[in-house]
Amino acid sequence: MLSPGKVEIGQGIVTALAQIAADELDVDIGRVQLVRASTAASPNEGVTSGSLSIQQSGRAIRQACAEIRQIFLTAAAARLGIDANALDISDGTIFGPGNVQTSYWELAEEISLDRDATLEAPPKSAADRAFAGRSVPRVDVPDKVFAHPRFIHDFTLPSMLHGRVLRPERSRASLAELNENDARAVAGLVAVVRDGSFAGVVSETEHGAEAALGALRKGATWSAGEALPDENDLAAFLKAQPVESTIIDTRTSSKTSDKQRTMRRQFTRPYIAHASIAPSCAMAQWNGDRVHVWTHSQGVYLLRADLALVLKIPVENITVEHIEGAGCYGHNAADDVALDAVLLAKAAGGRPVRVQWSRADEMIHAPFGAAMAIEIEADLDTQGEIVDWRHVIWSNGHVARPGRAAQPALLAGTELAAPFPRIISSNPPQANGGGGDRNSIPLYDFPAWKIESHRLLTMPVRTSALRTLGAQGNVFAIECFLDEVATERGEDPIKFRLRHLRDERAKDVIRAAAQRANWKPEKKPGTGYGAGFARYKNTGAYCAAIAEIEGEQDIRVKRLTLAVDVGEAINPDGVINQIEGGAIQATSWVLKERVRFDSERITSSSWTDYPILRFSEAPQVQVDVIQRSDIEPVGAGEAAHGPVTAAIANAVFDCLGVRIRNLPITRDSLVAAMELAS
Amino acid sequence: MPSIRFRLNGVQTEVDADPDRSLLDILRGPLGMTGPHFGCGSGECGACHVIVGDRAVASCDTPLWSVESKEVTTIEGLGSVERPHPLQRAFITEQALQCGYCVAGILMSAAALLMRNPSPTDADVRAALDRNLCRCGSHNRMVRAVLRAAAEMGAQ
Repeated sequence: MLSPGKVEIGQGIVTALAQIAADELDVDIGRVQLVRASTAASPNEGVTSGSLSIQQSGRAIRQACAEIRQIFLTAAAARLGIDANALDISDGTIFGPGNVQTSYWELAEEISLDRDATLEAPPKSAADRAFAGRSVPRVDVPDKVFAHPRFIHDFTLPSMLHGRVLRPERSRASLAELNENDARAVAGLVAVVRDGSFAGVVSETEHGAEAALGALRKGATWSAGEALPDENDLAAFLKAQPVESTIIDTRTSSKTSDKQRTMRRQFTRPYIAHASIAPSCAMAQWNGDRVHVWTHSQGVYLLRADLALVLKIPVENITVEHIEGAGCYGHNAADDVALDAVLLAKAAGGRPVRVQWSRADEMIHAPFGAAMAIEIEADLDTQGEIVDWRHVIWSNGHVARPGRAAQPALLAGTELAAPFPRIISSNPPQANGGGGDRNSIPLYDFPAWKIESHRLLTMPVRTSALRTLGAQGNVFAIECFLDEVATERGEDPIKFRLRHLRDERAKDVIRAAAQRANWKPEKKPGTGYGAGFARYKNTGAYCAAIAEIEGEQDIRVKRLTLAVDVGEAINPDGVINQIEGGAIQATSWVLKERVRFDSERITSSSWTDYPILRFSEAPQVQVDVIQRSDIEPVGAGEAAHGPVTAAIANAVFDCLGVRIRNLPITRDSLVAAMELAS
Repeated sequence: MPSIRFRLNGVQTEVDADPDRSLLDILRGPLGMTGPHFGCGSGECGACHVIVGDRAVASCDTPLWSVESKEVTTIEGLGSVERPHPLQRAFITEQALQCGYCVAGILMSAAALLMRNPSPTDADVRAALDRNLCRCGSHNRMVRAVLRAAAEMGAQ
């Protein structure tokens, strides 16, 4: 039984963790049973985010299992009267010279594992591992292919009721009046719940809950919404807000700069939606003053902490249990819907209530990835070499996750009659990878720089963690700027990067991607090639991407060639899957995605208004994994987004001769850029 | 309440329900089939795809009355662990998913394609899956898996 605190969010983590355990214990991977994370029994490993699960949970499991192996070997040695060094383990059977043997299962009764790990048992060397480094099939794939219930959406509890919550179309509108009569007349209705602007229905059936919600919506009168920024001038909005400013990093040169000229460029990225394929879902059941919650949250303990703040009950009265949801790319509505279920279940007389959001609510009310404006200014010498570099970011904070503050971060908490304020997103410190400033410190050997981050203190559009936080925006800006500097010098942009990097692992991924893509293929009309590179968080996975695009007015990304170095790749196919997926998702962000709004409403409430990349538009993706078995593993889930974004934008320049610095790169943005250039 | 009759995964089925309710609602509700997934409720994402006759349709957008006397196949009727459909085997071989929420609908779109066109090209597969959304970026693996299944079925 393996009970990690990290959770499966579609990234294949449970398989990789099982591989690590099976290796250290010398058992077949099929014997490793994964226990779902729950506040009732699991270790508190915070949140499953930041590409940290392999680093944190994987390392802990490796240490714990190495020690368990040693404990059992010692016990077996005592029982068999043989020196522990003479014993070996094969799929749980412990054997020694002369055909003597015992096993984990024989010894289990007499050994208690209820102790803290001492960290004294050395894990195996890379060469001795049977599973780590191999592309073991994922343990969850068969269930999903055969449609065995595995998603929270497919679970049913005895005597379960269904709930729906009424949310405003206008941003942060409050519920002025509510006529409940028509909703109460719907067959199967159990309760209409209202607390301030929070309102919902509970019904015997899901169909009845939908019908009652429809009736409730007709009976609702809302106040005006709060003003939203001008979606067509995000940079002006971001730069005009009150901010908290931080100097992220500086480097000074002892040499006097022979600056000849200064180049200054501004880059922006829009708000981006998580847009999970499944709307968020949760179940809750009260028993007296205790409540049990089933959730696809990324952090069961953190959600529990926020629920306790809203409910004003001790955390001990709340059990939060994880069940898989659809792919999760950060802080979406998973936590919000859990509070919805808890509030509605109060009116259910001890019966469990399942709540599922609508597609529109998922698109409108879940937190978004923050919009960013980034200005880079470089002083160039007479050779066109960079002698000083300034990078300035304006953005909302990138994290407003639950369980981190004295106030709850859950949506319904802001809607109650006695509301909690909306938490303004903040940024993790640079030591944890930073937020809006993630990946803003260059990995290149520029002699001097200054990196500054302005975090907005207002938040008309709700933002929180989305895959890569600020890294996608910063890498886009840095790598496009470099491409421009190299082009102006008449230098190949790959050579330029290699010349300015000192880290061999960085150079290796760039060289590997370039070689695989035959950089730089001969120029053909209507085709362009571009490159991008980053080391995620400057401490994680190295990734280089080369994009091949086609296009005139509409851009088609034909092929992405990537090389990645995550240190020890526990499951190489899992790494490739994450990088491929990240590359395609990034292509979708770059070519299509932008949260739309008017002066008081988020208007991208459906897949029609928020299109994502389709099968016919997905590029071919080639991934090379540079395996480094003796280097501590890091995660792969967020490594590709920045490099791919920059590679596509640079390929657009190569193809069409225009620099697109405002994402997404659409027909409209191309036409605008071409008009500006001509 | 009128009674609607249709064949569901080869079994004659009768449902007493408002005929205007969506097929997905009936499948997941009274019939207890959780394979087809709710994604959007307006036929835009494909997570709820089932096969009616020989076409993949969005069951969230298909009224119950419209399947009267028709043959409806859901992922539950496609294959099982004991008797997997070649598509299911191929999806496992290619590890063709990340989160897998969209997969039930994608398998049904692919199965309908292979009924009509047993030897599709890469472009045929992409066109057939274009009404299905995948947010994790597993598109290319899924296309490879469908082509693998088609090759396997053609070789039989």
